[in-house]
Amino acid sequence: MPRHALRLGGILQVALFITCYNDTLFPECGKSVVRVLERLGHTVEFPAGQTCCGQMHANTGYRDEALPLVARFVEQFAHAEAVVIPSSSCVTTIREQYPSMATELEERGGHAGLSRAVHDLLPRVFEFSEFLTKRLGLADVGAYYPHRVTYHASCHGLRALGLGDGPVDLLRAVGGIELVTLPNVERCCGFGGTFAVKNAAVSGAMLAEKVRDVQNTGAEICCACDNSCLMHIGGALHRQSTGIRTVHLAEILAAEEGDPV
Amino acid sequence: MLDPRTARPFPIVAAEAVRDTQMRGNVRHATEVIQNKRARVVAERGDWQALREAGKRLREHAIRNMDAYLLEFERNCTRAGGTVHWARDAAEAQAIVVKLASEAVGASAGTPTAGRPAPGEVIKIKSMTTEEIHLNGALEAAGIRPYETDLAELIIQLGQDQPSHIVVPALHKNRQQIREIFRREMQLPELGETPQELAEAARQFLREKFLRVETAISGANFLIAETGGVCVVESEGNGRMCLTLPKTLITIAGIDKVVARFRDLEVLVQTLPRSATGERMNPYNSIWTGVRPGDGPQNFHVVLLDNGRTDVLADEPARQTLHCIRCGACQNACPVYRETGGHAYGSVYAGPIGAILTPQLLGMQHAQSLPYASSLCGACYEVCPVKINIPEVLIHLRSRVVKEQAASISGRLHPEALAMRAAASVFRSERRFRAAQRAGRMAMKTMARDDGAGQPWIRSLPGYLGGWTSVRDLKAMPKQTFREWWEQRPHRTADGQDRNKPGVPDHPTGTTKQPPASVESA
Repeated sequence: MPRHALRLGGILQVALFITCYNDTLFPECGKSVVRVLERLGHTVEFPAGQTCCGQMHANTGYRDEALPLVARFVEQFAHAEAVVIPSSSCVTTIREQYPSMATELEERGGHAGLSRAVHDLLPRVFEFSEFLTKRLGLADVGAYYPHRVTYHASCHGLRALGLGDGPVDLLRAVGGIELVTLPNVERCCGFGGTFAVKNAAVSGAMLAEKVRDVQNTGAEICCACDNSCLMHIGGALHRQSTGIRTVHLAEILAAEEGDPV
Repeated sequence: MLDPRTARPFPIVAAEAVRDTQMRGNVRHATEVIQNKRARVVAERGDWQALREAGKRLREHAIRNMDAYLLEFERNCTRAGGTVHWARDAAEAQAIVVKLASEAVGASAGTPTAGRPAPGEVIKIKSMTTEEIHLNGALEAAGIRPYETDLAELIIQLGQDQPSHIVVPALHKNRQQIREIFRREMQLPELGETPQELAEAARQFLREKFLRVETAISGANFLIAETGGVCVVESEGNGRMCLTLPKTLITIAGIDKVVARFRDLEVLVQTLPRSATGERMNPYNSIWTGVRPGDGPQNFHVVLLDNGRTDVLADEPARQTLHCIRCGACQNACPVYRETGGHAYGSVYAGPIGAILTPQLLGMQHAQSLPYASSLCGACYEVCPVKINIPEVLIHLRSRVVKEQAASISGRLHPEALAMRAAASVFRSERRFRAAQRAGRMAMKTMARDDGAGQPWIRSLPGYLGGWTSVRDLKAMPKQTFREWWEQRPHRTADGQDRNKPGVPDHPTGTTKQPPASVESA
C-alpha cells in the first residue's frame, strides 16, 4: 500500500474532470494528475461524457449557452466520491455559478432536483492542489524535481478558492526543488479568458509586467494550478525566447527521482 | 468631456492609453503608494473583516429600504431648515442647481459684502456626482463661474482635464505636470515643484475665493435619514471652508448615499478613509443638519439625484452596485486600471466600480464594452469595504449585454456570438467535442512551425484570435488528447502495480465509462 493512502479517508474513488482545454491542449497535466493520485493509492476514473464546465460561456455573458453544461457536469459526476479538477478557474465557476445556474435551469423546467444535486455535489468537488492539501491533508506526495521553480498564484486559486499556502507547501516538499518567490504574486497575469483577445492591448501590458517578474526570479520553470494563465505567460516567454518554461503544478508533483530531466 | 454616451469603446481607448508611458508611470506610482498605505492601516484592525461585513449589511439595509429612508431624510432635513429637491436625471438636476445658484449669486450680487460683490461665482467641494451630471458646464452656460477648491479638482479644472479617479482625480498627473499647469494658469513662472510649494500656490489661489464667494456647491458622502444630516469627509479643509463660510450651500447627492442611522457612520467613517486614502481617519469630518441661525450657510438645499439609480435597484443581481461608498480602493487595486488609467473608461466612474456602475446608470445601451474591461481577477472584491462582489456583477452585466445584442440580427451574426454558439453546441456532445478536437489539431498543424527546439508553435492566428498572437505564441495541439491517452492506457488493477506510468499505451479499455444516452443533446 502506498505510504499516504490511508492518511485521511482511505482509498478514494476519484473522478477526474480534466476540463476541455487541458484535455485538448495540455494532456500531460491530466496524465500527471492520474500519476500522483494513483501513486497515493487512490483509484481514478474518467467519465467519458465530460466536456466543458461552461466557464468561457458564463464569464463572457453567454449564460444560456452555459446552462446545459451544468446539467451535463452533474450527470457525469453526481456519483463520484471526489471530483478532482486541475484548474482553479473551472472549480470557481462550478462553486460560484453552478448553484444559481442550476436554480435557473430548474425554474425553466425539465431539470427537477438539479439544484439539490449541485448542492450535494459541491462539497466533493476539489481543485487538484486543494484535494491534496485539504481533503487528503498532504504536503509531501513523494515527488522529485531538480529545478529552479517559481509559483504563479492564479487569481481564482488565490482569491476565489482561497488555496492559500497549499500549492507552495506542496512544492516545498518536493525533493531537489529550488523554490523562488515570485514578486507581486497576487497581481493578475492578464489572461482573464476572452479578456486576452477582447482587450488584447491591456492584457499584453499586464502580461509584460508578469513576464518581467518571472524573469527577475531567475527561475527555469514557472508553475501554477491553471494552465490557462500558463498558456498566456508561457506564450510570451516563448515569444521572447526567454528559455523559461511553464509547467502545471501536477507535472512537478508527478515527477519522481529517476525520471528523465 | 467624459461622457459614456459618446465615448469610444474601452478596448480602443485603452490600447491608446497603454502607449502613454508617462501616464502609466504616474498611475502605477500613485496607486502603489495608496495601496501600501491602505494595507498598513487595514492590517492594524484585527476586526477588519467584521467591519466590512457590518458595512455591507448596513448598506444593504439602507438600499433595500431606500424609498422609506429618503422620505425620512427629507422630513428631517426640512424640519431642520433645509430644502430638499428631487431630480430624476442629470438635466433636471442641472436645471435645479443652476436656478438655485443663479438666485443665490443674484441675491449676493445685490448685497455688497466687504465692498466686493461677486456676481456669478460659486465655490465647489470635490463631488463626483456633479461631474456625473456635468454641472460645471451647465453653470458656465448660465454665466456662473464654478471654482473647484479641492486640490486635485483644481488641477483638473485649471488643466482643462478630466478626473481619472473618484478619490484622487488628478492621479494621472505628476508633480512636474502640475507645476506646469499652475505656472501657466496662476501666472507663477517661478513656482517650484515640491508638494509644499504646489500646495501653497493652491492655498493662495483659493483663499480669496473662500473669502469672497458666497455660494457653495457640495456633494455628500452620506445622507443620514434618522437626523436629516449630511456628511462630507475630506483631507484638505477646503470642504470645511465651503460648508461654513458661504451664505448659500447647495448639496447634490445620489439617492444611493442614504444611510439609515447616525450610528451607521461608526462603521463607515472607519472603513472609508482607510480604504480611500490609507488614513485612519479623515482630517475633516463634517456633518451638518439644516440651518442654524447665525452660524454657517443660511440657505441650504439638497438635490437628490436618481439618474438611473432606481433602475439599478430594480435589477436584483446588480443591486449591490449601489452599496458603493466611493472609496476608490477597487481602482487602486485593479490591474487593468493600473495599465490604462481612468480616462479609458469614458466616464467619471473609472476602474472596476465604473465598469459596473456606468453601463447601469445609462441603461446598458451605452458603455457595453465596460463590463468586459476586467480579467475578473477579484482584487476589487477583496479590497471593497462593503464587500461588493464586482466580478459577480460584471458577469451578470455581460449576460445583459449579450441578451441585448441578441435582440438584433447584426448582434446575432457577430463573429463572437456565432463562435460562442458553435462552441456551446460542441460542448453539448461528446461526439462533437471529439470531432472538434480532431479538427482543431489539423487546423493548428497547418499554422504551426517548428521553433528550433523541436516544438511546434503558432506565431500568428487569424481574425478575432489575432489579439492572442500579437504578444504571445501558442503551442500547437499535441498529437494525443488526454482522453485518447486515457482510453489507450492499461486498466488499473487493484494492487496498483506499476501500470500508471503516463504515456504507456496498452489495451484500450480502462475505467472509461460510456456517456449516458441522455447526455447527447443537440
